[in-house]
Amino acid sequence: MKDKNENKKSSRRQFLKKGLVAGAGMVAGGSLLAAYIDKSKPTSGEKVKVLTTEGELVEVDKSLIHSPRVSREESHKGIPGRKFVMVIDLAKCKNARKCVESCQKGHHLPSSQEFMKVYLLQDSEKSAPYWFPKPCFHCDNPLCVSVCPVGATYKRSDGIVLIDNERCIGCKFCMTGCPYSTRVFAWKDYPEYAEDKEPYSPEASSPGKEGTVSKCDFCPDLVRMGKLPYCAQNCPMGVIYFGDIDEDTVTNGAETFRFSELIRDRSGYRYLEVLGTRPSVYYLPPVERQFPVESGFNDLKESVKNRFKNTPYGKTHKL
Amino acid sequence: MENKDTKEKLLRQFAPQLEKVSSATLVWILFLLGVIGLGVYAFVTQVTKGHIVTGMRDNVVWGIYIVNFIFFMGMSYSGAIISGTLQLFRTEWRKPIIRMAEYLAIISLLIGPGYILLCIGRLDRLYYLALFGRIQSPITWDVIAISTDIFGCLIFLYLSILRDIASLRDFSELKIPAWRKKVYSMLALGYTGTPEQEKRLRRATDIMATMVIAIAIIVYSVLAWIFSVTLQPGWHSTIFGPYFVIAAVYSGTGVLIIAMWVFRKVYHLDQYITRKHFVAMGVLMVVLAALFGYFTFSDYLTKWYGSEKNDESLIRILFTEYYWPFIFSNYIGVLIPLLVVGIAKLRTITNITLSALVVIVALWFNRYLIVIPTLESPYLPIQDSRPDWVNYTGTWVEFSLMAAGVALFCLLFTLASKFVPVMNVSEMAEIPKPESSELFKAEESLL
Repeated sequence: MKDKNENKKSSRRQFLKKGLVAGAGMVAGGSLLAAYIDKSKPTSGEKVKVLTTEGELVEVDKSLIHSPRVSREESHKGIPGRKFVMVIDLAKCKNARKCVESCQKGHHLPSSQEFMKVYLLQDSEKSAPYWFPKPCFHCDNPLCVSVCPVGATYKRSDGIVLIDNERCIGCKFCMTGCPYSTRVFAWKDYPEYAEDKEPYSPEASSPGKEGTVSKCDFCPDLVRMGKLPYCAQNCPMGVIYFGDIDEDTVTNGAETFRFSELIRDRSGYRYLEVLGTRPSVYYLPPVERQFPVESGFNDLKESVKNRFKNTPYGKTHKL
Repeated sequence: MENKDTKEKLLRQFAPQLEKVSSATLVWILFLLGVIGLGVYAFVTQVTKGHIVTGMRDNVVWGIYIVNFIFFMGMSYSGAIISGTLQLFRTEWRKPIIRMAEYLAIISLLIGPGYILLCIGRLDRLYYLALFGRIQSPITWDVIAISTDIFGCLIFLYLSILRDIASLRDFSELKIPAWRKKVYSMLALGYTGTPEQEKRLRRATDIMATMVIAIAIIVYSVLAWIFSVTLQPGWHSTIFGPYFVIAAVYSGTGVLIIAMWVFRKVYHLDQYITRKHFVAMGVLMVVLAALFGYFTFSDYLTKWYGSEKNDESLIRILFTEYYWPFIFSNYIGVLIPLLVVGIAKLRTITNITLSALVVIVALWFNRYLIVIPTLESPYLPIQDSRPDWVNYTGTWVEFSLMAAGVALFCLLFTLASKFVPVMNVSEMAEIPKPESSELFKAEESLL
């Protein structure tokens, strides 16, 4: 409780200072530390909006944003005092796929791998189809973590479920354990997997290694810098809200809500609650929609469009 | 008590197989090595090019490899349970075939785990299982269980061949190189058949027989739990443990009958392995067929009757896309042995062997239908434009490695039969005590 009160008072200066403290644990933190303190460094003049660790939106100079890559040990612990949550507003999604594409770019993924997937769901024959963006749910009772034989996938104190690609043996048990088909496997060495010169960190958005499992990571490296995950940042409709459940705040970059109020007012729910996995991702039902479902087929690549051919909607409509 | 004459006669019968390799056998061995070579090539391809050369993709992450893993492990547990039970109950007809059951237990146990290794993306990190092993994971349970099983089965087999090794050491007519005599003499551990030694050996064998039965049940249940602890429709079932154990023993009776038929033909054992043995094993197979059918029925009935959305879609796939494999593995594979062994007129050696063959193939498909359709129908529908990511088909790499496993199984069986007779010669030569009943004898040794 005391922690929280202090948090509320803290300013942007303190936020940067905290970055320093966090940086102390870094392996490759030397240059980043310098960037935080070095006031003489030329500023780009370009401002970016970032979410502070306190959940406030502030504008900082772009040059101040660096990737504070934390060590493997540090990445197992989680960001102290935080518990992340995501809210996805299905009423606003029109399958623009910017979440998918920006995520792939940010995580250096090959086109065949998607951490964020957009499904076209229809719960029953007579019910309406809707677009359903699906990241990893970062469950509080994650079966993937339970079944991992080597502790390569783990649950952190901030709620994030991460994968250590240098520990993973590639048995794929977590993939069968996850009921949401969230995880992807590196079936070969993809050329898109760029050479990474910095020491490996499970947080660093570095792509998976051949023969190991990867998935959506809630972008802890961005979050540490007070930024939103790629999907939330880049959604043109502001579908994806990200925030802290303990601070009761979620934002999509443009609007900020009290999490509890948003869930109460919009009847938020979790997908397949019946499975008892306790996801950290909530959905707002697709009511009073801003776009008709068919607008989701505009400007889609043929290969993406073909995905929906076999859905109940795709069988009865011309895509 | 052993009958010396019977034993010598038996040893003389088996001597040619132990002494030399016939040209036909040599061709057979070379053929098996060729198939294994193909498997090695497939394995190298998989390691160098990545798992993309298999048919496995993000939805169906386990394919034929895991099916073969279940299949071979099942044969092993079956061998252990059958040989252990027959040993404990001193079943008279066990004598000519128990050695084969023991070979079955250990040989398939050496091959089975290889298939799970083929599923692992990073074999170079395999030692992490020991280094960072988490006891919460069913895979760790499996690692512990399987390694225990390997030791248990090896000890059980060793105890059971010990007397035969000692007999081979003492059998002066055997024309084998001196080094092999030395090996026999070393392995025999100075066993000469004194009453004290005999008593101790019997006691040790009985203890190990009990142990391997228990271990086999535990290990195969653990294997079943790898599937049933997940939430996947079709896997998340409470009866998977016992169901897998029964299916395992069932498949093993089939393999054992085929092994009996092959060795009977190749080594001319017609006078020892008779129709009586085939019928006895056939009856065992029928009992297991009924149990297997019962478990299968219970499992699918409850899924179908309640028809929860995801169970329903799984059942629909099984009865449409997988209609013939499903009918074959769960109907024909159960009914054929029931008919063949049930109707006296059909109960011939050839028919029983053929129905055993049907059982083995049916059980392989049964495992295939447990693994693949479930992975093809996850909670969230698969929406992908790439056909190979939607439906699984095994590739030449997987089929080559499957063939290599079968070839290795045959090779090890052939080689084992060249080292120690495929029949328990010492037990065959034993003079049964006419005054005590079978069960009484078993009780006697337990006291």
